[in-house]
Amino acid sequence: MIDWRNLSADWLDARKLASNPPNLRNAFVIALLAILALLPIYSALTGNYFLVTLFTRILILALAAVSLNLIMGFGGMVSFGHAAYLGIGGYVVGILAKEGINSGFVQWPLALIVSGLFALGVGALCLRTRGVYFIMITLAFAQMVYYVAIGLDRYGGDDGLTINKRSQFIDAVNLSNKTVFYYVCFALLLAVVYLVWRLVNSRFGLVIQGARSNDRRMRAIGFPTFRYKLVCFVIAGVLCGLSGVLLANHTSFISPAMMQWTRSGDLIVMAVLGGMGSVFGPVVGAVAFLLLEEVLSSVTEYSGIILGPMLLGVVLFARGGIDGILKDHSRG
Amino acid sequence: MKRIVLVACAALALAMSPAAAQQKTIKIGFVSTFSGPVAAIGNDMRNSFELALDHLGRKLGGLPVEVIYEDDQIKPEVGVQKIQKLIESDKVDFIVGIIWSNVLLASLKPVIDSKTFMIVTNAGASQLAGEQCSPYVFSTSWNNDQTPQAIGLYMNQKNVKTAFLIGPNYAAGKDMLEGVAATFKGQIVGRELTRWPDQLDFSAELSKAAAAKPDAIFAFYPGGAGIQFITQYVQKGLKDQIPLYTAFTIDELSLPRLKDLAVGIPGAQQWVNDLPNEANKKYVADYKAKYKLSPSFYGSQTYDAALLIDSGLRATKGDMTNKDALRKALEKADFKSVRGNFKFGPNHIPIQNFYLQAAVKEGDDFRLKTVATIVENDQDKHVSKCKMPN
Amino acid sequence: MLYLIEQCLNGVQLGMLLFLLAAGLTLIFGIMDLVNLAHGSLYMVGAYLAATFAALTGSFVAGLVLGLIATLAVGIVLEVVAIRPLYGRDHLDHVLGTFGLLLFFNDIVRWIWGPAGMTLSLPSQMLAAVQVLPGVFYPMYRIVIILATLAVGGLLYVLVMRTRIGMLIRAGASNREMVSALGINITLLYTLVFGLGAALAGFAGMIAAPISFVQIGMGENILILAFVVIIIGGIGSIRGAFVASIIVGLIDTLGRAFLPDLARNFLSYSAGSSLGPALSSMLIYMLMAGVLVFRPEGLFPASRK
Repeated sequence: MIDWRNLSADWLDARKLASNPPNLRNAFVIALLAILALLPIYSALTGNYFLVTLFTRILILALAAVSLNLIMGFGGMVSFGHAAYLGIGGYVVGILAKEGINSGFVQWPLALIVSGLFALGVGALCLRTRGVYFIMITLAFAQMVYYVAIGLDRYGGDDGLTINKRSQFIDAVNLSNKTVFYYVCFALLLAVVYLVWRLVNSRFGLVIQGARSNDRRMRAIGFPTFRYKLVCFVIAGVLCGLSGVLLANHTSFISPAMMQWTRSGDLIVMAVLGGMGSVFGPVVGAVAFLLLEEVLSSVTEYSGIILGPMLLGVVLFARGGIDGILKDHSRG
Repeated sequence: MKRIVLVACAALALAMSPAAAQQKTIKIGFVSTFSGPVAAIGNDMRNSFELALDHLGRKLGGLPVEVIYEDDQIKPEVGVQKIQKLIESDKVDFIVGIIWSNVLLASLKPVIDSKTFMIVTNAGASQLAGEQCSPYVFSTSWNNDQTPQAIGLYMNQKNVKTAFLIGPNYAAGKDMLEGVAATFKGQIVGRELTRWPDQLDFSAELSKAAAAKPDAIFAFYPGGAGIQFITQYVQKGLKDQIPLYTAFTIDELSLPRLKDLAVGIPGAQQWVNDLPNEANKKYVADYKAKYKLSPSFYGSQTYDAALLIDSGLRATKGDMTNKDALRKALEKADFKSVRGNFKFGPNHIPIQNFYLQAAVKEGDDFRLKTVATIVENDQDKHVSKCKMPN
Repeated sequence: MLYLIEQCLNGVQLGMLLFLLAAGLTLIFGIMDLVNLAHGSLYMVGAYLAATFAALTGSFVAGLVLGLIATLAVGIVLEVVAIRPLYGRDHLDHVLGTFGLLLFFNDIVRWIWGPAGMTLSLPSQMLAAVQVLPGVFYPMYRIVIILATLAVGGLLYVLVMRTRIGMLIRAGASNREMVSALGINITLLYTLVFGLGAALAGFAGMIAAPISFVQIGMGENILILAFVVIIIGGIGSIRGAFVASIIVGLIDTLGRAFLPDLARNFLSYSAGSSLGPALSSMLIYMLMAGVLVFRPEGLFPASRK
């Protein structure tokens, strides 16, 4: 039923790109990557530094959306609490910074480990349920983390905490420099997309996708799908934790608002808007969604009147998201 | 798809439009909340700022003005991003506004790093008055704990012996309860912090307060939560049993909703709409004529911000390049504030009077009126922690 | 002891409010298999409509009745225009589509009624507090809420279990094709059920309005609680929703009443004061996670097809 082998693989496959005639979909991705790569140069030429700030944020949230899509798009695990990892990654950085530990060599690995452990615990409990129950139990755990953060009086409680220094690495990589930080985020996003793509097309990824379409059959064949799904859930958590680390460094500020439940909703929207069927789709979705938000909020104070029905429209008429539309055009 | 590409192009074009070079226009970035349930506060602030510009002939310090309004959606992260956009892309000369303490705290770093002047017209986080004070940041409001300190003094005057304190669990809420506790001489029999901003029902807390049998209850609930709290307090039949003292809970925005329920409940404020000075009379009368509404204290603080900027720019003859000169000029606060006396402490927080206000019914109208002056020329207590560079 | 009883009463009353919202949600969920995030919007719309009609007519009761009819109409139009195409789609589509509706409703309501919010004032005779036990005064209106909800719950039970429509609804839930093969207009039936759910949500919003405040987004916070209720109770089970509503209401209220003091005993005063409310907010989510770990389909799983 599900075509495993062709699913999404060609988006980043250089060999295929060389052998196939260029199509709209590939051209779009290459154009987008080129724009993203050249953006800081353009911004330096025009003197508009906000572009770099805006797109750094887009890249970071795109990374989170890619990680969500690994479990949602390929594993069929719709997590409504993915923003919790953004918060966990961010809070580890913030708390360490507050306690005087600014070294990125300590902050970053620790943040990823904590995110992973949290995902392991939550996943072990959540994966016993399915469907709407899974959506709601992931939301429940995210809400718990949210309220824990509010209760952290020493680290600002509801008001959040300002991070005075970005993570310190070697002198050559100075994250306080906006351009350097932008390229670090860009490189990490590309690395994560590549990693997820390799993962999805590996034997592991095929088992995950098989379990999505028919869990019982996969178990009957002899795959312990629970363990596979759990590992997948943990990987997604770690990757989203990385996104949280970057986000905390980007805004130099952490607060419980980073992980409000509507943020988890936003991440789902990004993934679906871009197209859940492909690894790169969520990146396109994040760019489109966040730019749209920026434009609408500057045009009208009633953005929901436009954004809401549009979202419904995407669900009803464009289920593959932007990726699906491009794919259709590429075939025709 | 085409639409999305178009929108993306529009976004880029929008973000890339070059800041007009060699302008002799003063650019103001105005950040407040214009969406969601508290949009009424943002609208009141915007109305007042616009009215002030009308009164100043649409000029600040003799220069034409351009104001860019941005909505923070009550989210610190969104607020920071808007402020970064205003500074980096629009290259504004001033940031004005900010309702919420948490948005303020999140935004301080980019503002100070870029040496942009900021006039805070509501948020009163104590960090701003203390450790995080900055030469570039001024406040036309107050520090969070000043208003409740005034009400604590008033409770002493009313001979209250025991009190139960209640407020929301966030920075301002904690500051408010600390403020009352600092000046109130009686015994505090209970202190409750409630979930913010989404608590629906205060029945558990009100039962608890009633069970403690205090002489008085003090509450701090801004916006819609204040309406909820007072409604439930009255419905529980407590209005006849335990008097309520408030800070920032009854204002011109909530009074038309509360009506009778609010009558007789005292509160403290640094500005009341009937203060008898000329600037205030003009402000209130013109506001009512223009918008068919009564201005609130949020608006009055924002009106003052426009006058403050005007006074600073007049002193420097519109020169934005000499930041030190402009700072010194702003520190003089040489303008007629709608609250009467106004001067800055060394931490750029106003030293001002606090009044007792009460809701009264006149005919079919409800309004707030000044009852007494509780403290004169009050200065916040965090000023000693501020090490303002010269 | 009296204090404990009073707090339990507070909890039951909150539970009743949750039940009204959860009943409609679980009905729609159980019968049409639809996750409806816009249910909270109908709660908000109901409150706005009732407040508007009450202001126009000057009567609290007339406001409720007219508001209820108008909310029913809004629900039916919403179903025909936007919800119907979502039937049969997967839950992710429901979440996204109705999330879009939620954004839409928030801004359209702000556009129509302005941002300031409204109040629905009680008739003065309901403002009083009555003595329910020696020394325990309780707001009369909250007792009215408890009684009204019990009445609505009873009616709902009779409607679903004892009438022909109810029989069709139950049949439609378990086998859609068979019911339509028997010549029943299943599309119309679904529209009616959605309308009923909308009216229940609107009614919840209306009767909550006098104790809270009619404002934008008022439905969102309580919606999450209502979802917790139907998940704990088991999706599709009205009985489960009733039991879970009371449990959630009690736990939330008692947690707020007692946890902060408890936390202060173990921690410093200020840390406890701030951790207490956070802990009590977490309680119901812990409950939900706990229930799901041991009973992945809730306390009263509705019979599967």
